[in-house]
Amino acid sequence: MSRPKNQNYKGHGLPKGKEREQRASIRFKTTLMNTLMDVLRHRPGWVEVKDEGEWDFYWCDVSWLRENFDHTYMGEHVRISHFRNHYELTRKNYMVKNLKRFRKQMEREAGKLEAAKCDFFPKTFEMPCEYHLFVEEFRKNPGITWIMKPVARSQGKGIFLFRRLKDIMDWKKGTAGKKLTSLEAQPARNTVNPSGSHDTRSSDDQKDEIPVENYVAQRYIENPYLIGGRKFDLRVYVLVMSYIPLRAWLYRDGFARFSNTRFTLNSIDDQYVHLTNVAVQKTSPDYHPKKGCKWMLQRFRQYLASKHGPEAVETLFSDMDNIFIKSLQSVQKVIISDKHCFELYGYDILIDQDLKPWLLEVNASPSLTASSQEDYELKTCLLEDTLHVVDMEARLTGREKRVGGFDLMWNDGPVSREEGGPDLSGMGNFVTNTHLGCVNDRKKQLRQLFRSLQGQKKTPN
Amino acid sequence: MLQEESDLSLIIAQIVQKLKGSNLYAQLERQAWASLQRPEIKLESLKEDIKEFFKISGWEKKLQNAVYSELSVFPLPSHPAAPPEHLKEPLVYMRKAQGSWEKRILKSLNSMCTELSIPLARKRPVGEQKELLNKWNEMGTDEPDLSLFRPVYAPKDFLEVLINLRNPNYENGDSLSFRTHLGLIQVPLKVKDIPELKEFFVELGLTTGQLGIDDSTQVPPELFENEHVRIGQKVLTEQDSAAAQQYVRQGSPTALRAELWALILNISSHPEDILYYEQLKTNVIQHDLLVDSLIYKDVKLTASNDDYYFVFEDYLYQVLLCFSRDTSVLSHFAYNSASPPKSYIRGKLGLEEYAVFYPPNGVIPFHGFSMYVAPLCFLYHEPSKLYQIFREMYVRFFFRLHSISSHPSGIVSLCLLFETLLQTYLPQLFYHLREIGAQPLRISFKWMVRAFSGYLATDQLLLLWDRILGYNSLEILAVLAAAVFAFRAVNLMEVTSLAAAEAVLADLSTLKVMPLLQIFLFATVT
Repeated sequence: MSRPKNQNYKGHGLPKGKEREQRASIRFKTTLMNTLMDVLRHRPGWVEVKDEGEWDFYWCDVSWLRENFDHTYMGEHVRISHFRNHYELTRKNYMVKNLKRFRKQMEREAGKLEAAKCDFFPKTFEMPCEYHLFVEEFRKNPGITWIMKPVARSQGKGIFLFRRLKDIMDWKKGTAGKKLTSLEAQPARNTVNPSGSHDTRSSDDQKDEIPVENYVAQRYIENPYLIGGRKFDLRVYVLVMSYIPLRAWLYRDGFARFSNTRFTLNSIDDQYVHLTNVAVQKTSPDYHPKKGCKWMLQRFRQYLASKHGPEAVETLFSDMDNIFIKSLQSVQKVIISDKHCFELYGYDILIDQDLKPWLLEVNASPSLTASSQEDYELKTCLLEDTLHVVDMEARLTGREKRVGGFDLMWNDGPVSREEGGPDLSGMGNFVTNTHLGCVNDRKKQLRQLFRSLQGQKKTPN
Repeated sequence: MLQEESDLSLIIAQIVQKLKGSNLYAQLERQAWASLQRPEIKLESLKEDIKEFFKISGWEKKLQNAVYSELSVFPLPSHPAAPPEHLKEPLVYMRKAQGSWEKRILKSLNSMCTELSIPLARKRPVGEQKELLNKWNEMGTDEPDLSLFRPVYAPKDFLEVLINLRNPNYENGDSLSFRTHLGLIQVPLKVKDIPELKEFFVELGLTTGQLGIDDSTQVPPELFENEHVRIGQKVLTEQDSAAAQQYVRQGSPTALRAELWALILNISSHPEDILYYEQLKTNVIQHDLLVDSLIYKDVKLTASNDDYYFVFEDYLYQVLLCFSRDTSVLSHFAYNSASPPKSYIRGKLGLEEYAVFYPPNGVIPFHGFSMYVAPLCFLYHEPSKLYQIFREMYVRFFFRLHSISSHPSGIVSLCLLFETLLQTYLPQLFYHLREIGAQPLRISFKWMVRAFSGYLATDQLLLLWDRILGYNSLEILAVLAAAVFAFRAVNLMEVTSLAAAEAVLADLSTLKVMPLLQIFLFATVT
């Protein structure tokens, strides 16, 4: 097999040297009963394992992970769908801490301009420990709206908006609040390790008290980009195969989720207006299930291009690439990069009227339930391609830059769309290998890919 | 020669007459007066100098665009002594058919009115007016009880009328021959065949670059796309309507489309236009019309349920409610075979002074009407601009899709064109479908009546509508319909019922229109 022209190109993480064994059948396990089950069951050569059987692949949920990961032996080839301490990225308060620390580091090493690239998350304060810092910031900016979010809940539960400190006072008086006040009086409970990671074992100490929910107070983005008078956010899928080195893939498809009602700042109590999670919208009195309220990203990209022109759209999407990379880099040193682990993240991005993207949060377990036929297509294709990249069948060479709808976005360094390595001199036209919202001709690409892989196998030199 | 010259001078006279009453005329006059201040205007050569000034300052271009715009809708030259009905529709039997169809629609509307005891129009009480004004930007949140309202008619009702159209002067004998038309439409109108279509749509040929084909990811942009975009920008800078119309025949780049369409339709947003729209809005606030409920119902049934257009629901109300009250739309009935329904003030039946048109714009919406507006929301976000563009598109094109006429772009001709293309170039398929009781027109009719809106993916639909504007004709709808059948011919040959045929053709959202059209017209062995 001839060497590829560019020596700089690195494979994306498959073990070299030792021949990866082809397995006769791959035993999988999962508890999710939705699109994932359909995809796994239809995959040729994959058999389901139930209860206590041995498995090669487990798409687990995070609670199982927390309880069992540490005392589960996994063979070399085994794969599991979460990183042990993914919450460094996905719990709002940890993510904010990691990002802040990363930003400071960037400022020290590369200057203010580089550090400004990390300004994609709205000012956030952890409650209760940063309550006083929050009040200081609050007083500096009177009249703006803030949003209070529980760190660990999903689907829009427990979120509310406020403009006056009085509103927090009232909330503090409630059950959660009472515990908050008592905690405020004591030193911070969380043990922070020197590396910056958080040790959840400290939660054992709080066994005797009713566990208090942590919240973050975040500056609410008051000028979101509106389409048809409605607010929306974007759901984008990023697949991380390893953290050290950092290898991440970006899926071309995703969607924009619309709020069912028109946006106005007058009614901050109207949860339905401000929260775009489908779960919340589903309970809105206006919700009609047939409507969906999602746009595929391709449609969104076309809409923006016809309104603002292709250059503005290019800039927006490359700003979003920046969000994905920087957020992953910020937790790179903190997440335990176990070779058995991979993770499919669901990023929630909000665009404001100046076409600046903001990171709302990262989900470790993005919803895989389909809300419509189109949604079903998207999620099944997403999962199929995830399994292709994970490559239990040992078919890939490791030098692929694209697998189905996934484009290799970061491979221990930026990945260029063109052949050859990154443009280190900084000049010339480096275009990243991302195609978010672009044409996804995955079937054709997969056919070509697997055909050529077959060909390479048959002629082993 | 003499006849042509006198035709031309007649046309010129008519256009001048029309433009004299327009805003442009007043502006040109003002500009001419103002230009007298300029040093280069000399008294001795006043006329030439002012003309020169108009040329340089771009006003001549504006005049050119206005003339071009008038020519686009001008009816085909006819005998100077022809009565006005002939301008609407030259064939008597067509006029009669349209007249009786209109009577039926009106009867249906009136009976709904009586059944529900709702007046055709009423003035809103002040409280209700205030409420509506507050809710103007989110009328979609209203959930009025519309269960008792039914659309006045649906496309399939209209199809039945067209099927029964007959020319009383035409006798084609009882025996079947190869000339017999096997389709549903049985009137002898002249339609183009493929060689003529090839000539007409020459810019869609295989050797000419197209957006929708030559901008795909595999083709390097240097080959066609970059140059095409550059030309598009040039056309916009020149502000030339005719050039824009020629340009979009090869498709319009996404970023330039909104402006190009506005240029072709000769829409510019002057303060007077915005004021006019605001006036219409006030009319909506003050009076409630029965047709408003029909519009609401249509939007809720069609656009709101669409996966992509639901976002624009509010814009649709803002456009369509104003549209019903716009009396300037009445002028298009001069060349539309349809006539606006007339109603008389109570007790004054037959007295012309007490006649009013209902609705004020004379257009009664039918099931799916709101889909004409929905794709435009993708391009225009400012309500008065969106409104103007839609109104112009309606009075130039869309009205032909639901009135009975012999015009080559009228729905009857389109149906006949579709069926003839299918019968001539896909005879086996046509015969098979006819045998199983699945006449192709029964499936494709709804596509053509809606100009494919809601059936194709939006970006494909916009590429199709580029060509409608570019060629100033709706014939491309019939060609596309035939091309779709040709594309799915293999599957269609295997079906054994109308329902199965419908199923094969139910989902057009993955189709790419330009390759289909190109293959059908230019790459099929005829």
